[in-house]
Amino acid sequence: MKLGTQVLTLIKLEAKLEWKNRQAITSLLVYSLASIYISYLSFRQVLDPVTWNALFWIIMLFAGTNAIAKSFLQESKGLQFFYYSMLPPQAVILSKIFYNILLLSILGGINFFIYSMIFQSPVQNNEQYLIGLVLGSIGLSSTLTLVAGIVSKANNNAALVAILGFPLLFPLLLIIMRFTGNAVSGYSWAINQSWCGLLLLLNGIIIILSYLLFPYLWKE
Amino acid sequence: MTSNNKTIARAWWWKALAIAMLVYTFIMGFLGEVPAMPIINESIRNLYFHVTMWMAMITLMFVNVVYSIKYLSTGKLYDDLVGEESARMAMVFAGAGLITGMIWANFTWGAPWVNDPQLNGTAATMLIYAAYFILRNAITDEIKRARIGSVYGIFAFVMMFVFIMIIPKMNDSLHPGKGGNPGFNKYDLDSNMRMVFYPAVIGWTLFGVWMMSLRVRLRKIEEKIHNA
Repeated sequence: MKLGTQVLTLIKLEAKLEWKNRQAITSLLVYSLASIYISYLSFRQVLDPVTWNALFWIIMLFAGTNAIAKSFLQESKGLQFFYYSMLPPQAVILSKIFYNILLLSILGGINFFIYSMIFQSPVQNNEQYLIGLVLGSIGLSSTLTLVAGIVSKANNNAALVAILGFPLLFPLLLIIMRFTGNAVSGYSWAINQSWCGLLLLLNGIIIILSYLLFPYLWKE
Repeated sequence: MTSNNKTIARAWWWKALAIAMLVYTFIMGFLGEVPAMPIINESIRNLYFHVTMWMAMITLMFVNVVYSIKYLSTGKLYDDLVGEESARMAMVFAGAGLITGMIWANFTWGAPWVNDPQLNGTAATMLIYAAYFILRNAITDEIKRARIGSVYGIFAFVMMFVFIMIIPKMNDSLHPGKGGNPGFNKYDLDSNMRMVFYPAVIGWTLFGVWMMSLRVRLRKIEEKIHNA
């Protein structure tokens, strides 16, 4: 089997497993809704667009960490051994990354919709913001997936994902907040495209690094 | 390759050079002539003791990432030991750079901590390497610790590099020479200061590498005593 087919099969398998046991997705949704609602109760209204944007990404950061931290934990040792003997490690990490990108993009979309309703949305360029949302989800999920892989080999302590992952996400979050912040202010593409390029570059670097480094984690 | 590195590590000449450079830095750094500039005034001498800390820190982090890659390709625990100790030394220099910078900023900017890309970069760097050590301490198996630590070290280095090298270039900085501030750029940094600054960079960097190699040897001795 080629790498592409292997990755696709694994993504389908992952989605099937997730759908079979909907508890995980539901808990994720409830987690995001609860964090948005807590923000609502504490802020009431957010008038400053910069704060509006930052708060959204902080909620996304926590939701993403919560969603992805368990990506290597939910599998039994047996299934992991089966993967290990049947598949190249690259297929495993790429499928996890792409699956998490899908998951986080959808979750981000829902979050954005609800967040915009509860806190009046100051976003002037919605298309640009949604592009930023997808690009941010790509960066968040690929970084956190590798970190979850690292943590799965280190005593499976879920708190470690946040400790190891947050500092690594600083550059991504800074760039993404700038890009989406520009979308909120309604800047044109001419101003924002360099940030978009930087985001794409950073996402590319993260995915390539995960692809190269994961095989070393995978072998016991 | 490794034996070659060990002979260089044990050679005396570069340690003598480090001491000579540092003695020269301290004497000329405090007594040498500096240009009179507004706001910065005599505190410009911090260039020799603050900026050089960053240079030494970056060099040691570079050593860390090189040895992490080396460990992953060779699997020799010695390489991982060098990687770990260089990260530890880098943390020491990051702390020293932060303290010298904060004392300086308190007089020049009026506050020890301001929202500046360089400062944020340092905070991120220190958090990343603190996380690196937390991760290493969480794993008991020596070989597993080395492998996973190396993987995180490489990934962290790239992210840190992105953070401290690229992002400050896209923002305005309060640092001298940036964002229109008077500072040490090529028009202001006169040849007098250069004659101290470059030796100071070499001296502090060699000093850092020396301390790191001492730590490595200490760890090896401890290991031998432990195993005996």
